[in-house]
Amino acid sequence: MLDERPPTPCKAPTGIQGLDEITGGGLPVGRPTLICGTAGCGKTMLAMEFLVRGATQFGEPGVFMMFEENATELSANVRSLGFDLEKLAAQKMILLDYVHIERSEIEETGEYNLEGLFIRLGHAIDSIGAKRVVLDTVEALFSGLPNHAILRAELRRLFRWLKDRGMTAVITGEKGNATLTRYGLEEYVADCVIVLDQRIAEQICTRRLRVVKYRGTAHGTNEYPFLIGERGFSVLPITSLQLDHRASVARVPTGIARLDEMLGGKGVFRGSSVLVSGSPGTGKSSISAKFIDAACRRGESALLFAYEESSAQIVRNMRSIGIDLEPWIEKGLLQIHASRPTLHGLEQHLVMMHDAVRAFGPSVVAVDPISNLALDGHDSDVKPTLMRLIDFLKQLQITTLFTCLSSDGGATPEDSQLGVSSLMDTWLLLRNVEFNGERNRMVYVLKSRGTAHSNQVREFVLSDAGIDLVDVYVGADRVLTGAARVAQETHERTAAEMRRQGHQRRLLRLAGKRKAIEAQIAALQAEGESEAAEMSFAIAQQTLQEQTTQQSSQAMAQLRGGAASGNGRIKEEQLPT
Amino acid sequence: MTLQGARPAPATAAIFELRLYVASQTAKSMAAISNLKRICETHLAGQYRIEVIDLTKTPQLAAGDQIIAVPTLVRRLPEPVKKILGDLSNEDRVLVGLDIQPART
Repeated sequence: MLDERPPTPCKAPTGIQGLDEITGGGLPVGRPTLICGTAGCGKTMLAMEFLVRGATQFGEPGVFMMFEENATELSANVRSLGFDLEKLAAQKMILLDYVHIERSEIEETGEYNLEGLFIRLGHAIDSIGAKRVVLDTVEALFSGLPNHAILRAELRRLFRWLKDRGMTAVITGEKGNATLTRYGLEEYVADCVIVLDQRIAEQICTRRLRVVKYRGTAHGTNEYPFLIGERGFSVLPITSLQLDHRASVARVPTGIARLDEMLGGKGVFRGSSVLVSGSPGTGKSSISAKFIDAACRRGESALLFAYEESSAQIVRNMRSIGIDLEPWIEKGLLQIHASRPTLHGLEQHLVMMHDAVRAFGPSVVAVDPISNLALDGHDSDVKPTLMRLIDFLKQLQITTLFTCLSSDGGATPEDSQLGVSSLMDTWLLLRNVEFNGERNRMVYVLKSRGTAHSNQVREFVLSDAGIDLVDVYVGADRVLTGAARVAQETHERTAAEMRRQGHQRRLLRLAGKRKAIEAQIAALQAEGESEAAEMSFAIAQQTLQEQTTQQSSQAMAQLRGGAASGNGRIKEEQLPT
Repeated sequence: MTLQGARPAPATAAIFELRLYVASQTAKSMAAISNLKRICETHLAGQYRIEVIDLTKTPQLAAGDQIIAVPTLVRRLPEPVKKILGDLSNEDRVLVGLDIQPART
């Protein structure tokens, strides 16, 4: 008998995001759970959501016995969370019972007990076959009934009775000065105690939840931020962090061709996170706008969280560098969520981002800038929060671009990154370089996990034609940008031109020389030719003269010799040798 | 169970419409019923109507008068509504609670 371990209590899922994770499945079945906290911290909402989700998601009808608000008020209050109590009441899934005690009309004489309450609750439970019960806030009875001794005894009996009936009950209680609840209800409800808290740090309120006690089961012991959003309660357990997201090999272009070139030619990995950090005015927002513009151009949806400018202002300003976001908004490809960081605490922003991302399902998310979110807290708060956000987005394979403002002076830009740079896959650093009376933007890839990336510094140029990256002039002992780069480039161009012209002149001169030589050659040749002609003429003349002489001598001889000699030959033959 | 005043009421006096909520026939319930009857007979002769409601038999009636404790006596008329918790053992407090001038003896 002693060896037998008590069975682990079964759990009734609350259906509340995060709370079931912390409690390891939900609230203890068939036992009362105390939810306590200060006024306005969400006790009633938590209890109500427990009932509504029980009725709608787990098929467990529930009774909501309220002592402070009446049914109409409560229905109106929870309608903002999308809970239609009237409909659930008509379906007999939820029964609202308003217990109201007017102290002024009550007189006490003699003994009594709270059997009336038991009967009412019992009747309510039986009429809808309830499995879940909420008593909100039963402590209100203390102000209604003068005899606290009876009340305490009866409440103890009530909780016992709820247990006996196997009701999974939630009892709410207001926080007392030194105790968890003002009237010490925790003495009677000892199975599970959840404390809600709202804390204000630097004017920003953050709600937190802690499971103080959960008999017979392990539970998360930390304080978890929670908030009441449009879809009800959500708790963000830090422990749900898991490093098991997929890693895509697909690449997403950044929208700036030369930047993609720097990142191995194809851009960043899908589902990776990109940090763009830099001092004011270095063009972070422009890069993020280009990034979402590029996504929309590919027909993908994009979500921009802006913490500095309003939606209209972003659209107007980005037009000045040739990025028109308006058509994407009209087409429904782009959503801009602009809000002041001081509107909520960091956790609340995170939950809102979660909600927005879940509702819209974008393939690209840009946050501009994350550094503004950190205004309210210390770096140690920011890091786990951002880690949760990054992990969440990675899980959904959403490519994310965060911009981060770093201060110009003092620490190097590498230092002031909220300690988040280690969470990022790609880190682009933008810098202002002041030289020669002007400031210029430079960009370089500080890291990019898993891709070959350029180690070169590029100049980042914003113009009405858009964003471009230009190679900087790297001289012997300095790097030139902007006007200095242009001047240097002009200088070099001029020098090159001069050189080119010099060459040309030399070539021309050479050509001229060659022509002169050729002319000389031609002249000499002509001279030679004329001499040769003269020579042959002289020869020809001489030959002609000789012939003429011969002919004339023959003619002479003929004339002199006459018939006796016949002809010259005969004559010659006749001549004695 | 309805009890009527034994004697006819004087025309001028207001009628007290009283409801006593009990849970089954416990000693406390019985004490409350008999205490109430005695007080009414003594001070409200002929001007009262008492209705005893056993919540174990008609639990749906508990919500109407916002009953959480038993026994509870509710003065429904004359208005305003008044409630007295307990077995009504203290006659003076019942008279104060019901706002009744004690009958001179």
